[in-house]
Amino acid sequence: MAGRGRGQLTFSVEIIGIGKGENLPPSCIQPTPVYPPLEQKPVPLQTGEEAEYMLALKQEFRGAMRTLPFYIRPTAPKKDVERYSDKYQKIETSDILEWKPDWRRFPKELRVRETRPSKDKGPAVPKKVKGPRVDKVEIMRKLETLEQKEKEGSSDEEEAEKKKPEEEEADGEEVYDEEEFEDETDYAMSYFDNGEEFGGDSDDNMDEAVY
Amino acid sequence: MTAQEERLCGLLLQEHFGEVVEKVGTHLLCNGNLNLRALVHETKLPLDLVKKSVCVLVQQGMCTFCTGRRGPGAPVEYQICGEKVLHMLRYPRYIYTAKSLYGDTGELIVEEILQRGQMTMSNTVSTVADRLTHNMPEGQCMDYSEVVTAFSRLVETHFLQRSAPMTPAGSSTSGGADSNPPSVTEPIQPETNPDCYKLPYINISGKGKRTRSDDGDAEQSTAKKAKTDNSESGDEGIYWQVNFERFHLHFRDQAIISAVASKLDQTSSEIVRTMLRMSEVTTPANAAFTQALSANEIFRSLPSTYNIARPILDQYLTLLVDDPVCLHIYSQIHATSFLMTVCVHLCSLVGLCHYLAMLCVRFGSRSARIFRLLLRKRHLEQKQVEDFAMVPAKEAKDMLYKLLSENLVQLQEIPKTPDHAPSRTFYLYTVNQLPTARLLLQHCYKTVGNLIERRLYETKENKQTSEKSMIITKIGISCSTTGRSPLSYTKVCVWSTCPKTLQVFVCSLHLVKLMSVNNCIDNCNRVLFSHGSSNARACRLK
Repeated sequence: MAGRGRGQLTFSVEIIGIGKGENLPPSCIQPTPVYPPLEQKPVPLQTGEEAEYMLALKQEFRGAMRTLPFYIRPTAPKKDVERYSDKYQKIETSDILEWKPDWRRFPKELRVRETRPSKDKGPAVPKKVKGPRVDKVEIMRKLETLEQKEKEGSSDEEEAEKKKPEEEEADGEEVYDEEEFEDETDYAMSYFDNGEEFGGDSDDNMDEAVY
Repeated sequence: MTAQEERLCGLLLQEHFGEVVEKVGTHLLCNGNLNLRALVHETKLPLDLVKKSVCVLVQQGMCTFCTGRRGPGAPVEYQICGEKVLHMLRYPRYIYTAKSLYGDTGELIVEEILQRGQMTMSNTVSTVADRLTHNMPEGQCMDYSEVVTAFSRLVETHFLQRSAPMTPAGSSTSGGADSNPPSVTEPIQPETNPDCYKLPYINISGKGKRTRSDDGDAEQSTAKKAKTDNSESGDEGIYWQVNFERFHLHFRDQAIISAVASKLDQTSSEIVRTMLRMSEVTTPANAAFTQALSANEIFRSLPSTYNIARPILDQYLTLLVDDPVCLHIYSQIHATSFLMTVCVHLCSLVGLCHYLAMLCVRFGSRSARIFRLLLRKRHLEQKQVEDFAMVPAKEAKDMLYKLLSENLVQLQEIPKTPDHAPSRTFYLYTVNQLPTARLLLQHCYKTVGNLIERRLYETKENKQTSEKSMIITKIGISCSTTGRSPLSYTKVCVWSTCPKTLQVFVCSLHLVKLMSVNNCIDNCNRVLFSHGSSNARACRLK
């Protein structure tokens, strides 16, 4: 046992049950095969009514899950060109994905998406549906107001005409205000001033640091 | 959650909810608690898709969320429960169990709720009634009240339960109750709700409707009526989910009963079944023993069809009590009543049998014999193993080393002297039950994962041929219905050459086989898992 760790083991092999004359198994260099040979034959599969019914259930369930709204399809990658037919296809998919969770049971932050897609994705069709309703109400109101005006006479009409320009003027003022506001918040000038000063300082500092 | 379990969860999510949910789910699994922002950022998916998939996960009860874990005002954090995802493997078994217990109605109720995660009672009842009516012969239809009774029976036996109510955000916005804002809102366990198994009053009446495309306005108007009925049925916001724990308890009871039947006889298994059934709802899920029952009580609740007389029952009970190996039924004399409890750790015995059988299959019966020997004697030296197992020394050594290399058997060193010299050390072989069970469970998960992957691969490889064959059969059907000359059909059939059809057939056979293996393994899986958890519980109790 002189050559410690040189090919020989540090202990007598007999103690772990390997006899004197026996060879140790050769050391393994290759990785184990992906499909190792089967020593024992596998047991046959379960058969019978129960197993078959369960199998049918599994297949049916998987099939059903694909048709439910919970099966979320990834957004299709954008094609090279936007096509006219695209928007109709989108509407079809959004119909499939119709599912309204009970928002009392979900965190609110998840809800935002509910309003968004309806604005973004289905712009054309819902508007058409909503359009006539709104129009009817407006038309009725207009008609009523017109009727009243006709009854009251022409003097009111003149007043109304006077009012309109006033309103326009007010609108103009508002727009002007916004512009002023933008000017106030624009800090481009001051930014440039600061930048120059700061740059000079840092250069000086650099020089000091080097020497 | 181990790597194998994560992989399997991903595959299952992909299979049931699509790739997007899979991505979100696995990311949540790998990273624990995450808020929405982090989730969107790290998965690099569009915000809307992430929101949708989180919604799906929450709806299915796989994902929980809590607010304010990192102080008040912190964003909502989401957490996924891997165990619940893995339950998806077992869905067919749950549905089948419901069918065997409560017939077709029960089956459909459980199936619907499993598909949608959680549903209101009125919604479930109407959907199930419609589906049943659809399958019935013309002129008959399913009454809502029948479905309601099936539903209430499922609830009474705790197979269905109310999902936990939402307290956090909703109540604070409504004002009034938020005198002290909740600092941390953890997800609530459904069992803490006292009304967990209480049925709400619903005013739903009518019959299932057939969905037909050729019906006129009359049908539509009734459908509209039904819709308005649903919205006023009086159980909004009360959602029901499947109680997986209860199903697992049922599976465990079945295992115990079959074990008793094979060990003793049919009659005693029926007695044990009665005992288990009597205490199934009253015993908490993780109790070690069932509730105590008196012999009188057992006698009274034995079904009359068994025809067991009182003295015979007493004899059977003493037999069950005396049997040391099979059943740990403990009896105590309490004043006058004779109390019996069934030790549900028996389950561990069943689990043991299972992995012995597994060993048998994989390494042969003699290895299994060595394993059993080690289990019984706890610690053995190699020489002793050879002697006791009555296996030639050389073979025994081979088998032992093989078991050791597979980690099914452990080697323990006990040095006689502090220098750990091999010549003065005992080498003892032992079997460590719990780690072994875990190991086998991981093997099972790996196998199931491999099976699913293989199936996906097979379907992908043979997609073209199978699609082609489907088209051909479709053409054949259309030919026969339209009465066109069969000549065109034969022309079409020439496309599909003989080897092609054979290939399609073989492929479909493969797929079916893979699926059924999946089911078998799941069976094994379940036993191992319950064994592991019950053992862990026992350890904790000690």
